[in-house]
Amino acid sequence: MTLKILYFAGLREAIGSGAENIELPAGIGTVGALRELLGRSHPELLSTKNLRAAVNQRMAGMDAPVADGDEVAFFPPVTGG
Amino acid sequence: MEVSVQPEDFDTGAEIAALSAGDDGAGAVASFVGLVRHDGHVAAMTLEHYPGMTEAALTDIVAQAGQRWMLRRVRVIHRIGRLLPGERIVFVGVSSGHRGDAFAACEFIMDYLKTRAPFWKKEETPEGTRWVDARESDDHAARRWSDGMAG
Repeated sequence: MTLKILYFAGLREAIGSGAENIELPAGIGTVGALRELLGRSHPELLSTKNLRAAVNQRMAGMDAPVADGDEVAFFPPVTGG
Repeated sequence: MEVSVQPEDFDTGAEIAALSAGDDGAGAVASFVGLVRHDGHVAAMTLEHYPGMTEAALTDIVAQAGQRWMLRRVRVIHRIGRLLPGERIVFVGVSSGHRGDAFAACEFIMDYLKTRAPFWKKEETPEGTRWVDARESDDHAARRWSDGMAG
C-alpha cells in the first residue's frame, strides 16, 4: 500500500534524491495534500515556483486525486524543445 | 506516427524524405529542427527527461494534432543527454495533403511539446551549471491553440 514519488531536474537536485516510496497516510487524497505532507521534509516542494505534477505519468493539477499504488512525480515547469 | 526519445543525432534530410516516401497523396511536408544556440557563455547543455511519461506525452500531442488537422505522417525526435552548441535537439515533421495542415500541425506540436513534454535543460557555463527557466512566452504560444486565435 505504497506510493512511488519521483522528483526531476532542479527539484531532484535540491532534494538530493530522485525517488522515494511512502506509505499513503489516511486523509491524503490529492496531489496538493501530498505536496504539503512531503513539503515538511522537503521544503523545496513548497518553494518551487509553478511546481508541476504528474500522476501515473500524466500531467495532473494539485486537485487531482491520488490513490494507493500511484506513481506521483513533482517537477519544475518543463523546458524541452 | 512515430516518436523517439534518444541520445543519438538524427539525419534531417532522411527524416524529411521518409515523410512522403511512397505516399502519392502527400502534397506537403513541413518540418522544424531545434538547435542548441551558440549563446556566448553556454559551453553545453544536458537534457533530462521523465522516461515513460515523455514518450506518452509526445504520443498524446501527436494524437491531438491528428484530431485537429488532416495529417498523413508525423515524426517527432527529441534528443536527451549532453549536447554542444550547434547540435540538433528536436525534429518535428508532418506530411499532409495540403500545406495549411502541415504548417499548422508542425507549429502546434512544437508549442505543446515545449510546455507539456517532461524535458528539462541544464546549461554549463564558466560560472557553473544552471537549470533553464521556463519562458512565459512558451505558455502563451501553447495557449493560443485553445483560445481560438489559431488552429
